Amino acid sequence: MNSLTAALRFILLRREAGIAVMLVLFSLVVSAIEPRFLSLDTLRIVMLAVPLILIAGMGQMMVLLARHVDLSIGSILGFSAIVAGMAFRDLPEMPWWFGFFIATFVGAALGLVNGAVVTLFRLPSIIVTLGTLSLYRGVLFLISDARQVDPQYIPRPLIEMSQTSPIFGIPWIIFIALTIALISYVFLDHTRLGRQIYAIGSNPVAAPLRGISVVPVTLLVFTLSGALAGLAGVLYASRFGYVNPSITGVGFEFTVIAAVVVGGVSINGGVGTVLGTVLGVIFLGAVSVALPILGVSAFWRDAIYGAVIIIALLIDRSVRESGIRSATLEARA
Amino acid sequence: MFKKLSVLLGVAAGLTMMASAYAADPIKIVFVGKNTGNPYFDSLVQGFVDGCDKLGCEFEFVAPATAEATSQIPFITAQIQRGVDVIATSPNSPDALNQVLDRARAKGILVLSVNGDMTGNEEHRDAAILPTDFEKVGADQVELVGSLIDYEGEIAILSATTEAPDQNKWIVGMNEALANDPKYAKMKLVATVYGDDQPEKSTTEMEALLSTYPNLRGVISPTTVGIAASAQVVQSAGKADTVKVTGLGTPNQMRPFIKDGTVEAFQLWSPYNEGWLASHFAVGVKDGTIKNEVGATFEVPNLGTITINPLNSINTQAGLTTFDASNIDDFNF
Repeated sequence: MNSLTAALRFILLRREAGIAVMLVLFSLVVSAIEPRFLSLDTLRIVMLAVPLILIAGMGQMMVLLARHVDLSIGSILGFSAIVAGMAFRDLPEMPWWFGFFIATFVGAALGLVNGAVVTLFRLPSIIVTLGTLSLYRGVLFLISDARQVDPQYIPRPLIEMSQTSPIFGIPWIIFIALTIALISYVFLDHTRLGRQIYAIGSNPVAAPLRGISVVPVTLLVFTLSGALAGLAGVLYASRFGYVNPSITGVGFEFTVIAAVVVGGVSINGGVGTVLGTVLGVIFLGAVSVALPILGVSAFWRDAIYGAVIIIALLIDRSVRESGIRSATLEARA
Repeated sequence: MFKKLSVLLGVAAGLTMMASAYAADPIKIVFVGKNTGNPYFDSLVQGFVDGCDKLGCEFEFVAPATAEATSQIPFITAQIQRGVDVIATSPNSPDALNQVLDRARAKGILVLSVNGDMTGNEEHRDAAILPTDFEKVGADQVELVGSLIDYEGEIAILSATTEAPDQNKWIVGMNEALANDPKYAKMKLVATVYGDDQPEKSTTEMEALLSTYPNLRGVISPTTVGIAASAQVVQSAGKADTVKVTGLGTPNQMRPFIKDGTVEAFQLWSPYNEGWLASHFAVGVKDGTIKNEVGATFEVPNLGTITINPLNSINTQAGLTTFDASNIDDFNF
């Protein structure tokens, strides 16, 4: 048993191995067809495409870890973005950075409502958040009078967060996303509360017996998911420069859930890591950028994107299973 | 007894209908929009409102939340039951509304297709009110981008969805102009891509265009979501001087980009005039002063003499309006 195979097995046993392998394979295949894909320029496009998904993905991951799902984040994003945008428009005296607090707070409140309905009435979260997906979108039409917030009302410094950089030419929004990921990692891996989320998702029946208060923790994950979707909402205004009630955040939940699941987070709860989710988000970002660069016809784009998600899940599973198999053989020997 | 009463009521209703030109009962017009939250239609609706203020008709605007092919059907059905005199609609599909519109027409309701036509299904509406001659939009757009790049270099098109009928008609027009007019001999269309009218996708497509075609000089995006995303991308990338973005957009959406020089000029028509003309046409046809026949003409205040073209289609203006720094502040929609 040399140290190389030991190291290899250590990597393969990691939850993130499958998606990392997939990311490397995909990049190699694409750059074999189109060498221009392996460039700093492509990296920049991918890194600009992922921050919103990454931020909301951290919240979605926590919800999935607790064996729930939050389908309403697209509408929460739109709702928070509209409220922040209307504040920018109607309260021009307000300092622009206050929009971050408004959007995050609105998102947290909507998330808390999700959590409260799920825990109070013991309803499946998939149904509750499917309902609030429509409900929040409907209410946001009402409060916005179905009008968009035009670009001229979005504060210039907010837009520049997607364009200007504090260091190395990397825009602010990427740093914000990575900071959120880092905080999520510390929270989930190094705090009692974070571990309790895993415990609830692994075994919801046993968790209360071990002294974990399931209801408050469940409320917390939904609130965090909402707050992060809200933060993504104000960053949406930064990146795209306007907020529209019928466009902003529509379909966002599918992009985020796909990325989180490709990143190895189990929809059955209790399993998944921040690193895996980050890789999953970057992987799907790379796919969405690679397809236009390869010149894939728009007619095929969605079908290929969907197929890649399924292939990624299959490769992820087989890589992990081979890792486990070799470990089991070793143990028997 | 009831039978007699209903006969009497029927006769009374018939008399009222015949006497409608003299009766105080105002003509009821409803406009069924594509979807809510579309700033473009705010201006069109305002044209209807002002027209009805002047002419003394009753006007109402309704629209579904999403621009799906069949989402307008329940709204039209409800209006038929309400007993309106005129149903104007911007159809989300060229054929999905055929049956419901036939039912409206069987009840004597005047059916107008406004801002877009039901190509191939013209027999299911009474007339179409179109902003401009759509056959010329493609050529007008090529001329505009040509004038911005001195008629030399690579250009690309960023469209909405692959199946959008107007977009495809314009793209065909652009290709024909480029192929047939020697003036554009030094311009080369290198790519036509689709952002599905989603800001995220349109942005990624535009970034991929810049990366794939380093010699790109101009981009035509004949859709409001696409042109805003393109402008945002060249602004972020600091390439506004080398890559000229133009297309079809609304003044409110594009105002900041015109002000800071990211975009020099873009085009559109006046949606306000469509509503204004439609209300005058509807009232005129209903009270018998306008004959809805091909070749007939009528006067509309501020727009002059309007001719009914083949297939009963009516244009509010001959060519596109070009917006730039000199005139953008005259428009608010």
